[in-house]
Formats: sequence, structure tokens, C-alpha cells
Amino acid sequence: MTVPIGMEAGSAVRETAGSGLAAVEGGRETVIIGLEVHCQLNTESKLFCGCSTDYRSDPPNTHVCPTCLGLPGSLPAMNRRAVEYALLVAKALNCRVADEAEFARKNYFYPDLTKGFQITMYNRPLAEGGYLDIEGDGAEKRVRITRIHLEEDPGRLVHMGTPDRPRYSLVDYNRSGIPLIEIVTEPDLRSPKEARRLLNGLRTTLEYLGVFDGDQEGSLRVDANISIRGSERVEVKNISSYRGVEKALTYEITRQRGVLRRGQKVERETRHFVEARGVTTSARSKEQEHDYRYFTEPDLRPLQVRHWVEGIALPELPAARRERFTAQYGISPEHARTLCGELRLAEFFEQMAPCGNPLLAATWVADTLQGELNYREMEIGKVPPARFRELLGMLCRKEVTDKAAVEVLRRMLDQCLKGEEVQSPAQIMEKNMLGKTAGDTFTGIVREVIAECGDAVRDYRAGRGEALNFLVGQVMKRTRGRADPKELTRILREELEPQGT
Amino acid sequence: MVSEEEVLRIAELADIGIGKEELPPFTRDFNAILDYFAVLDRVPPGEGWKAGIANVLREDRVTPSLPQEEVLALAEAAEDGYIRAPRVM
Repeated sequence: MTVPIGMEAGSAVRETAGSGLAAVEGGRETVIIGLEVHCQLNTESKLFCGCSTDYRSDPPNTHVCPTCLGLPGSLPAMNRRAVEYALLVAKALNCRVADEAEFARKNYFYPDLTKGFQITMYNRPLAEGGYLDIEGDGAEKRVRITRIHLEEDPGRLVHMGTPDRPRYSLVDYNRSGIPLIEIVTEPDLRSPKEARRLLNGLRTTLEYLGVFDGDQEGSLRVDANISIRGSERVEVKNISSYRGVEKALTYEITRQRGVLRRGQKVERETRHFVEARGVTTSARSKEQEHDYRYFTEPDLRPLQVRHWVEGIALPELPAARRERFTAQYGISPEHARTLCGELRLAEFFEQMAPCGNPLLAATWVADTLQGELNYREMEIGKVPPARFRELLGMLCRKEVTDKAAVEVLRRMLDQCLKGEEVQSPAQIMEKNMLGKTAGDTFTGIVREVIAECGDAVRDYRAGRGEALNFLVGQVMKRTRGRADPKELTRILREELEPQGT
Repeated sequence: MVSEEEVLRIAELADIGIGKEELPPFTRDFNAILDYFAVLDRVPPGEGWKAGIANVLREDRVTPSLPQEEVLALAEAAEDGYIRAPRVM
């Protein structure tokens, strides 16, 4: 179920700074957060020139040309795919695409842009007024999207010297001109956790659309507007990781509460998030909004692409896939949420589901494998699907105990991490004496024990159930603990059944 | 009319130091340029900008970039493939 908060975007009451309402929710002042999320679109070439966007493993300043260096006489030429990708996002986020959108110049002097301005969209963005439903506490929560626009990424600066004593800066323009989509939310978020959920939701949606790769370093950057209701709003810039968002916002809320508790006023300002120290520091920006002197980019024609939207077919998005997973595979909504929360994880699960027991596959992928991956800070993409499928097959056929399978999985992942060739589960079990390569091995031992412990067998057949525990113990001893007691009990019961029934 | 204060502010945003004696000539130049644009404003609108040409796009194809040494040669100073800029923090 969706709980809409606030009203339609058009008639929304701005709940940010200076509303004068010191409302209290749940005994504490309401925290109000809005995000500006910048994502790199994974086109082949840059937004306004043909330089390759695949720059991460290359030396600095090797993916640049007169256009993205802003050399005199160069002209921008708009990338069709970037526009198509932005429209996909607009449609997936339920936005209204503008009849006409246009680029503008945002003028500022800073070495990350050689031209002296950034080409962005200002008062005529590509799309407005959408929403994204995120996981809430209990029901889903609808977060309104204010606008979506395209802009060019600036270059990357490396500051030399210490933060207190910068000496000079080094500039790499490989990133300059990479297409960015900026997604601005309404101030609908009420906690750092919700902000994180929104980011996860956006990331997943964009990855399902195939327009974004969240694993690429620096592919996502966030500015957050945050205030305590009734106080001034602070903009925190420079947040460049998913975890960073929660950290930066938590720090900032604590800081603002501290300021208010001391009876002071929160100042309206821009602050920088210092990731290494987990703090925000005041960044006296010399520019005010009007100092950017925005004006229409005269070198680019406007976009009239609203009619393209009908022709765009959206792929299956996370919410739809969650529903399909529960319906098609019968897995729990919780597992479906975990699995669909990451495109690669969802795809990995679908490769595993035909193993014969989708519920087992869901548990092993969503819980066990995810846990082991998190522990190793490893990506799902590194796991060889064939090997994991073999392991699941063995679990389905009960050729391996849960405990031994976890051991096998750990060794498999460690082999992946070391860059070694990953052995088959059977090989790993044999090498590490993880027992039981086939149920038959134990059936033999079970029969031995039955033959040798006549008294216990007679007691059991006479209805003394505890005799079974003794027999299980005997078998466990002979298998050196490698067998699953539950499984042994089952085999023993079968073997002790009078023949012919 | 652009005032001397506005010129000072622009200089500040552009990180350019302007001496007191430079201020009047700069202000005169600013106004001369803007007066010229005022002339352009009086030109009747033609067929160009407002002619409804939209969606001028290129295909997403990679074209060659410049060699690094050519790029670095454009800069006053370089270091390890980077362009060296004065302190900006």
C-alpha cells in the first residue's frame, strides 16, 4: 500500500526553511530532507562531444577534445542516447516531460570547468512532477520528484597539500562532459534512513533501466538539503557514496540539534561533507544563486521530445519484479525485496531458481550468500553462477548438509577473491573432508551401526524412542561429525522400518 | 548602466584582482559592450533562433580524443598527466 504524503507536486506546501512551524513528531522535532542526486549515464560518448566515457582505468587528460576542454571555437553537439536515457528515467519516475526543454549556462570560475560555465538545465528542465515509492516503516512511502534534468559533469580535482594548507590543485578533465542526470526530490524525507532508501530505490530503478552503473566509482553524487522544522535550511554538498549520505545527514542533524539546544540559530549555509572524518564543515560559498548569471545556451537548440515518451517501453521495474518473484516462485515478500533490491542479485537468483527448489535458492542467495558477500565486501558479479548452482543442486538432493554447504561456499568465495579458479563443490568437500558426497556413504555406516547395536535396535522397535538418539550418536561418531543429525535420524528411521511397509 | 561596484563583484567572482585606477576604464568597457548588445536588441527577429528548429542531436558514437601531450601543452603547468592549477580551496 502506498501512503501519499503531502499533496500533488504542483500544489505542495514547501516545508523547508522558515515555515515558522515548530512541529513535533514522535516527541522530537521533525527533520526535513530533500535530495539532489547526480548520476552518470552510461552512454558510450560524452554529452556534447565524442570522447569516450570509459575513462576510469586510463591516465588523466586522455579522454578530452576541444569541446570538453572548452577551447575557443568549439561547439557542443548533443548526444541522442543521453536524451533517451533521461526520458527513460523520467517515465520510470512518473514525471511529466516538458513540451520544450533547453540548456542554460551556469557561469562560475573554478578549474573543474575550463569554459567558465557549466552547461545544465535551469528554468526549463526536461521533466517535472514525478514520484518514487520507497520502503517505509510498515507501508510504502511515496517521495515526490520535483524535477529531472541533464547536465555535464565537471572535471575532477585533486588537492595537493593538507586540507588546512592546500598548496595547489591537479585537474583531470576526463570526467568533464560525462552526461549527468540530476534528480531533485521534494523535501519529503524525514530521516537519514529514508534518504538512504530513496537512494537505493533510485539506484535500483536506474540500473533496471540499464542507464547507470552504481558500482563505478564516483558515478553517484548527492547534495542534501536538511533542516529541522522551523529552522533554516543547510545544504550539504559533496556526498559521494551511499553510506556517506546516511552518515552526513546523521552528523548534520546532531549538529543542528546541538546549535538549537544551545539557544543559537542554525545559519542558512552550504557545508561540505568530509567523508574521511564523517563530518560536515562550513564552506563559505562566494556565489549566491544570481551570481551564476544563468542564460540560455546559445550553441544548443531546445529539446522537443515529449512525444518520444509514448514510444518508450519500460523494462520490468523493481516493484513489478518483486511481485512476479512472489507469484512465480512462491518466495516470501522479504526475500523478494532483498533479491530485487539489486539488479544483479535478482538476475543471479533467476539463474538459480530452476534448481528445483526456489525457496531454498531464495534463502541461500538472499541470506547466506548475501551475508558472506557483505562480510567480504564482494560484488555478486564475482560469484561464478555455475558453481553456486552445483552447490544448490547438492543441497536440493541433500548430498551436503547446510553447515558443510556454508563451509564450501566460504571456500568458493575465498578462491574468487584470490583470483584462483573456483573448484567444484564436490572437489572442495573432498579436499576439506566436509563429508558426505552422497547420502549412500552414511547409509552404509547406518547399516553397520544397526547390525552392531542389536540392543538399541530392539529397544527402539519396542517403542523406546530415546534409543534412536543413541543410534544417531553412534553414527555421528563414526562419521566424525560430518553428517547432519536430522538427516541421519531420517535414514535411521527408514532403515529401522520393518521391511515391506 | 553597470556600476563600479558591479564590476568589482564580477572581478571577485572571476578571481581577478583589479587596481583602483583600473576600475573606471573597466567600467567604461563593460558599458560599451552592453551598449553594443542594446543595439543588437533593436535588430528585428529573424528566421534563426525562433524558427522552431529543435532536437539537433548526434548519435552516441565515440570519436578520437586528443593526445595527452597535446592537451598538457595547452596548460601553463602539468604534473603526472594532470593540469596544475593554483590553489583553489
